[in-house]
Amino acid sequence: MAMLIRFWGTRGSLPTPLGSRAVRDKIREALLAARGRKLDAPQAIDAFIERELPFSIGGTFGGNTSCVEVAADGDEHVICDLGTGVREFGNRLIALHGPQRKHRFNVFMSHVHWDHIMGFPFFAHAYIPGNVIRIHGCHKVLREAFQRQHSSPSFPVDFGSLGATIEFVELERERTYEIAGLSVKMIRQRHSGDSYGYRFSRAGKSVVYSTDSEHKFEALDESYPFVPFIRDADLLIFDTMYSLADTVSVKEDWGHSSNMVAVELAQLARVKHLVMYHHEPIYDDRMIETILSETRRYEEISRSTHKLIVSSAYDGLEIGL
Amino acid sequence: MEIGERREGGVVILSPVGRIDNDTSPAFQSKLLATVPAGGGAVLVDLSKVAYLSSAGLRALMMGAKQSKASNGRLAVAELKPVVKEIFTISRFSYVVEVFGTLAEALQALSGSSGAPKG
Repeated sequence: MAMLIRFWGTRGSLPTPLGSRAVRDKIREALLAARGRKLDAPQAIDAFIERELPFSIGGTFGGNTSCVEVAADGDEHVICDLGTGVREFGNRLIALHGPQRKHRFNVFMSHVHWDHIMGFPFFAHAYIPGNVIRIHGCHKVLREAFQRQHSSPSFPVDFGSLGATIEFVELERERTYEIAGLSVKMIRQRHSGDSYGYRFSRAGKSVVYSTDSEHKFEALDESYPFVPFIRDADLLIFDTMYSLADTVSVKEDWGHSSNMVAVELAQLARVKHLVMYHHEPIYDDRMIETILSETRRYEEISRSTHKLIVSSAYDGLEIGL
Repeated sequence: MEIGERREGGVVILSPVGRIDNDTSPAFQSKLLATVPAGGGAVLVDLSKVAYLSSAGLRALMMGAKQSKASNGRLAVAELKPVVKEIFTISRFSYVVEVFGTLAEALQALSGSSGAPKG
């Protein structure tokens, strides 16, 4: 396998935990669906949850903000954004290797809006001497954003007292980098203060991480730089926070995109697999599942010859390339 | 693209034919914006001969709706084929553009609106 993509945080703007009411509703729906079935063994129950229940009942799309891991064969870790999902990522590493094992992390920041940095103060490895965290990005305010978050009166532990070695690396947009065994390219995106999408390639496979990006193009063709950037990608992680109607009316210029534009761009660039990402916090699991179903239908309607796989990201999703 | 135009009861009816996609939406948008009256009035887009609308086609409709609203006019669509109706649902466009089932329903509503000139 060239890469394994793990989604640790998939929600946009704000962490969105399930409330007790939502949990109760899921249990109720599951019990109703289980009536008359023989579910007297754990395996039968697991199979029922996995195969019979809609994901919106048997699971949840999750509530952590943006954080995606691009795992390759190397010893160094690669993650995109430091939303609250990074806490789960760190916890898993500690569960696997214990707190003593030292790690090198390569972080690629789409931008430094709060939901994309708010997990860092709770990333355990930042406090452990011997770890190295290199935070890459194209924004000149990269260091400032992290230091400001990690200081009084917003947070009790000052950035300067963190145990890990933390480095900030300002990337040049036009360059291609070789980092942790991956070839990395980037593109500037339309968002308040700019955001950047990243394309990671290894062993003939590639994944594009593109969040917090509004697509307002004159023409949807090769003249739009995003199209060649995602050309033939095996996986496209794409901001589908709003409906198309929202993006051209009340939420125009809010810096996010829609499921329909995602499908059209992915089809045009012959992407293999589109993953909808950065879910709107006001959407519950049922709504996200409905949007996934509608997006798959739109892919059928608008398809010419190239079939595009469409998924919706959830915290815990893993996709191998 | 072929776009028919006629007037009924003070309402201008545009009738595009075919697909309104990335290739054809510029022509559709130009026609729509040129048709929306500066001094208010109603424009109805008859979608009975439209097989598909892409995001570019829907954006063109939105541009027309905005221009119409700015001049105290109305813009609506009617006679959506099942697939086009699905696209309106997926895009949530029925929240931003008035949608009618039939031309008759649309004409009745638009002709009676204050924005539509009588006659």
